[in-house]
Amino acid sequence: MRTQQTLGEVLASRGVSRRGFMKFCASTASLMALPPAMIPRIAAALENAKRPSVIWLPFQECTGCTESITRSHAPTLEGLIFDTISLDYQHTIMAAAGARAEEARHEAMKANFGEYILAVDGSIPMKDKAFSCIAGESNYDIFIEAVKGAKAIVAIGTCAAFGGIPMAKPNPTGAASVQDVLNEAGLQKPIINISGCPPIPTAITGVLAQYLTFGELPELDHLGRPKAFFGQNIHDRCYRRPFYERGEFAESFDDEGAKKGWCLYKLGCKGPVTYNACATIKWNNGAGFPIEGGHGCLGCAEPGFWDWGGFYRPLSQGDWGDWKTLGIAAAAGAALGIASVAVSRVKQARARQEKS
Amino acid sequence: MSASRANDALQAIGLRVEGSPRVAGAAFTGNVLPLLHEVRHALERLLATGEETTIDLASLPLAPGEFDRIEAALGQGEVTATLNALGPSEIRETRYSGVWLVTHRNATDEVMGRYIEIARMPAVLLAQEPDMRKGLADLALALEGRVD
Repeated sequence: MRTQQTLGEVLASRGVSRRGFMKFCASTASLMALPPAMIPRIAAALENAKRPSVIWLPFQECTGCTESITRSHAPTLEGLIFDTISLDYQHTIMAAAGARAEEARHEAMKANFGEYILAVDGSIPMKDKAFSCIAGESNYDIFIEAVKGAKAIVAIGTCAAFGGIPMAKPNPTGAASVQDVLNEAGLQKPIINISGCPPIPTAITGVLAQYLTFGELPELDHLGRPKAFFGQNIHDRCYRRPFYERGEFAESFDDEGAKKGWCLYKLGCKGPVTYNACATIKWNNGAGFPIEGGHGCLGCAEPGFWDWGGFYRPLSQGDWGDWKTLGIAAAAGAALGIASVAVSRVKQARARQEKS
Repeated sequence: MSASRANDALQAIGLRVEGSPRVAGAAFTGNVLPLLHEVRHALERLLATGEETTIDLASLPLAPGEFDRIEAALGQGEVTATLNALGPSEIRETRYSGVWLVTHRNATDEVMGRYIEIARMPAVLLAQEPDMRKGLADLALALEGRVD
């Protein structure tokens, strides 16, 4: 465990020049959605940043979140940021296994008590805690033990942030989010939710970069998500938005509208109610995002996205089947478009409340 | 395969995506023209006060092909430089002197960031003090005959 090295020392030991470091800082600023004018400040802070200890606990998850970040080919920015933290436990990717791996976790928790970042992906079963265990210990027990010495918790992915797919009806394991488990246990810790199924890797590393740079956690929205990445919705940043304004919608996936790249709102796109950075940061190293591939947003970064009543039902139909009221508003396009979205949001929330 | 290579491969098989910006009436965000005005204002500011500006293109929603339009609108100027640090970077002066297009790539040729810099010289091209100090020490060692 080499948490005493500064980031500047780590990069210098790899033969990275000052120009390379400045390039790294420029990309980091972009990663944190900070203006380029902040680059000198980032450089000064990062150069002396100590490597924080990170303990990453995977619970009821599919490993998609881990894949999201580790599939990046080194030396990407994500890779470099990851190299600059001390990832002391992550049982999916660590070399040690069995008792030795669990020993490493306990050692890291003891050595960095009160200072480590606890990353969690996956939800935690509460119906019967034995539903998901690691080395004979329940996810719940491992989590509660690890929380006590954590400086902050980063809930990675929608499962950890909001319950996600394991919580989908009928929620057989009683899956709960990190925040819900903390509440149930009567514990309090700062939580950063980086939702998404999976989250954009740069959102994960952006939070780590922010912590490395400024020694503090980023500004969060009302759902505990960093505003830099979740402050704007997909719809507002979507390149197909002009079609929405003009009331030009694809009616099926193979009609003329779809071929011309028109708005996918009527094909169930959840962009208007989904807050994430897919439309600007994009996926696969900037190659594109689902809407660019011709498919609507699934709303994977929002609470309860799996139970929204169908990926291909327009938001205006929602969960309550009142197509006539809102469907007309959606079809009207430009004049009523924005109001329709606002109403959709209210209706969606109300429908979900009524159903729960 | 990097995104740029994937795009090149698609072009090679003659695939045409209907709705791409090359097709009349296709999706555009309308962000290109305002961006060019922003560049103009920044260039005026550089001349008047010396203040430099950097625009991070990742912060803007751009439709497929809109970056190509920006690139075409800015054109090619007199200077092109390549930086090899953590992968290649291209620093290219546009046809408008003082306006630079900077593209940072990683070692696997994936784009890490694209910026329009409005400056007399992009900062990343200037020799950096720590590198110069290391260069001085290396040169001194070489002259002592300790290093070939």
